[in-house]
Amino acid sequence: MLSRAAWSLALRRGGLGTLGIHSLGGSAPSDRKMPPYTNYFAQRSYPMPDEPFCTELNAEQRALKEKEKGSWTLLSDAEKVALYRLQFHETFAEMNRRSNEWKTVMGCVFFFLGFAALLIWWQRVYMFPEKPITLTDEWKAQQLQRILDMKANPVQGLASRWDYEKKQWKK
Amino acid sequence: MASSALAKPQMCGLLARRLRIHIIGAFVVSLGVAVFYKFAVAEPRKKAYADFYRNYDSMKDFEEMRKAGVFQSVK
Repeated sequence: MLSRAAWSLALRRGGLGTLGIHSLGGSAPSDRKMPPYTNYFAQRSYPMPDEPFCTELNAEQRALKEKEKGSWTLLSDAEKVALYRLQFHETFAEMNRRSNEWKTVMGCVFFFLGFAALLIWWQRVYMFPEKPITLTDEWKAQQLQRILDMKANPVQGLASRWDYEKKQWKK
Repeated sequence: MASSALAKPQMCGLLARRLRIHIIGAFVVSLGVAVFYKFAVAEPRKKAYADFYRNYDSMKDFEEMRKAGVFQSVK
């Protein structure tokens, strides 16, 4: 049930990335072909689709299209908007509206990160072998003492932070 | 839609304006980063090296290392 909802959401957003092939209009008006038989796919980078949004027009809309062939100054504002809505599904403002999807994405990312952390913890408790001798604390202390004796990076690095008179780290 | 209150938006020269802003910005940012690096990293580093080597006694350093036992050629 959850996967079907997610799949229909993905289709509706047209997020399949293919231009002009499979597209759902979302809230489909009655005079559109049912998906996936349309060539209407508009995004910000492809703003002029091949076909108009509404291809089956009733008589009133056909009359309007005839009027559109004349001078556009004779069209009223409402008619211009109606012609726009015939041609395009959404305005740029509607198409570019933001959504709350990022919250879902971040939630899923953190969820799976946490799950991976749990798996790794289990592995550390039940699967990992003993640490090699070079990673034990005594060995690492002797290693650090040897590095300080060799005065590695005495100008700005490790040995410059060690006080050789007092035998401790510089404050 | 009768535009009664909206001013006419900028119609041309958009790319030129964007390029000008970004070229100037790129110069300023890179110059700023270079100056910052010079005065926050390069100058202190030069000073640290100068201070270290001003009174550096290499033989004393060598004796300390020899006593600590890190050499193979001399004990």
